[in-house]
Amino acid sequence: MAKYRPNIGLEVHAELNTRTKVFCGCPTAVGAQPNTQVCPVCLGFPGVLPVLNRRVVEFALRAALAMNCEIVRPSIFERKGYYYPDLPKNFQISQKRAPLGRKGHLEVTVNGETKRVGIYDVHIEEDAAKLLHPEDDRGHSLVDFNRSGVPLLEIVSDPDMNSAAEAEAYMNAVRDMLLYLGISECRMEQGQLRFEASVSLRPEGESELGTRVEIKNLNSFRAVIGAVGYEIWRQSQALDSGEELVQETRLWDDERGATEPMRTKETAMDYRYFPEPDLTPLEVDDEWIGRIRAELPELAEARRRRLTEQHGLSDYDAGILTGDKVLADLFKATAAEGAPAKAAANWLTGEFLRLLKEGGLAAEQTRLEPKGLAELIGLVEKGAINAPAAKQVFGKLFERGGSPSEIVKELGLAQISDEGEIAGVVDGVIEEHPDAVENFHKGKEQALKFLVGQVMRKTRGRANPQLVNELLRKRIGGG
Amino acid sequence: MRLTPEQVEHVALLARLRLSEEERERFTTQLNSILEHFEQLQQLDTSGVPPMSHAVAMSNVFREDDPADPLTPEDALQNAPDRARDCFRVPRVIE
Repeated sequence: MAKYRPNIGLEVHAELNTRTKVFCGCPTAVGAQPNTQVCPVCLGFPGVLPVLNRRVVEFALRAALAMNCEIVRPSIFERKGYYYPDLPKNFQISQKRAPLGRKGHLEVTVNGETKRVGIYDVHIEEDAAKLLHPEDDRGHSLVDFNRSGVPLLEIVSDPDMNSAAEAEAYMNAVRDMLLYLGISECRMEQGQLRFEASVSLRPEGESELGTRVEIKNLNSFRAVIGAVGYEIWRQSQALDSGEELVQETRLWDDERGATEPMRTKETAMDYRYFPEPDLTPLEVDDEWIGRIRAELPELAEARRRRLTEQHGLSDYDAGILTGDKVLADLFKATAAEGAPAKAAANWLTGEFLRLLKEGGLAAEQTRLEPKGLAELIGLVEKGAINAPAAKQVFGKLFERGGSPSEIVKELGLAQISDEGEIAGVVDGVIEEHPDAVENFHKGKEQALKFLVGQVMRKTRGRANPQLVNELLRKRIGGG
Repeated sequence: MRLTPEQVEHVALLARLRLSEEERERFTTQLNSILEHFEQLQQLDTSGVPPMSHAVAMSNVFREDDPADPLTPEDALQNAPDRARDCFRVPRVIE
C-alpha cells in the first residue's frame, strides 16, 4: 500500500542540432578529434564577443511553442558563475530570470490515460567542455573543448509526475517532441540528452510537498527510472523510521544502482547570476512567433491520438508507429495514398520492422516508398497476389523500391484466378491422390487441406487459395 | 557598515581569491563605499522608467548558422600551461 505520494520533476538538457555553436561559428560535428572545433570564444579567452546564433533561437522557439509556453519578452542571457575545468570563463551563459519560454505544458500518456505535465521554463544555454580521465595518467584530467559552446535547450518541468512510469512517459514525450521538431538528434550514448531529477514524498492526503532531493548524473532513461525508483524507496524507508530527510543533491551510481550524497564542498552552490553584458536582449515579435507556430509539425502525442481515434488503430500499433518519426511519416503518406490504415499499420509494424532489425538498419535507410506500399496493399486486396507473394514483393520494395506490379511480373508471382486453369490442376491432384479423397469422404477435413497444399505446390503458390478450396469441394462433393 | 568582512571573505572564496588580513579590511571599506554610492542613486524616482537589462539600447543581434574556420589544435593549445594528446591537461578532478 502506498503511504506516500511521490512528486517528481525533471530537467532535460538537449543538445540542439545546429551546424555551429551557440555563440561562435565553430562546427558542432560529433566524433571530431579533440580541440579541432574551437576558437577564442568557446575556449573562454578574455576580451572575446559572443554573438547569438539565430537558428538556436528558432529551434528553442519551436520547442517552447510546441509545449504551449508563454514567450518572455524581452528574454535575457545571464552569467551563471562556478569554477570547474570544463568551463574556463568561470561562468556559463544561461538564462534564469527571463528564460525564452515559461508556464507551458506537455501531455503524456501512461497506461492509456492522458496526463498534463507543467513546464516551468524552457531556456537556452551553452554546453561545457568534455573532461577525460585517462587510466594511464591518474593524477590528471584532459579537457576537450569541442563540446564547449554547443547549444543546449534546458526544459524544466513542474514536479507533476507521481511515479517512475510517469517520469518515463514524460521523457519519451520530450524526446519524441524534439525529434518531431527536428531540433535535436537525441542520441543518449553521445550525451545529447541528459537529465536531472528531483524527488520528494508526502504522506497520502497531504497537499504540501515534502523535502526535495535532487539527483544528478543521469545520462539515460534507464538511469532516471532507476534513480527515481531508488529515491522513492529510500525516502519511504527513512520516513517510516521517523528520520528527517535533508534537502540535498545526490549522485546516481549506475553500477551500484543507488544514489549517494554528493560531497558538499565548503562553498554551497552560489551561482551569482547577473545579466550577460556581451549579449543584447532577445525580443521575439508576434510575426516571428506566428511563423514558427504555423510551421510546427504535428507532435507524436497528437498523432498517436489521431491514429487511434480516427484510423481505429490499437494503442499498441499507434505507439509503435509514432515512436519513430520516419515510420510515422511513412504511415501518414501511405494512408494518404489511399491505403486502408489497418493494412498499412500491419505492414509497417510487422514486416518492415522485422526487415529493419534483420539488416540492422534505420527506417530512413530503406527504399520503401509510401506509393509502392499503397499499391502493394491494393494488389493484395484485389486478390492479384497472395500473402506469401506479397511478402516477397515487400522485400523488393524495401531493398530497391520500384513498382509492385512490375515486381510481380518480374518474379512471376501473379495469382492465378482463372477458374479453367486452376480446375485443370485440381483435377490432376484428385486423380493422383485417391486415398486423400477417400479420407475426406470419411469426414477428415485435414485431407482437404492436404489437397489444397498439393494444388498450391503445383502452381508454385500462385493459385488463389479460395478458388482452389471451392473447386476442390465442388469436384469431390464435399461440404 | 553594510558588508561585513565575513561576507567579503565568502565572495573572495567564490572567486577563488586568497585575501590577506589587510586586503580583506581594505576591500570591505572599498566595496562599502561603492554600495553607498548606489544607495545614493537609488534615491532617484524611477517608478515611470521600464527596467533595462542592458546598457546598450539594442536587441536581437544575431549571427547566421554558418560555420567559420576553427583554430588548429596547435594554435588552440599554444598557451596551455600543460597538455597531452591535443588536450589541455589539468589536475585530476575525480578520484
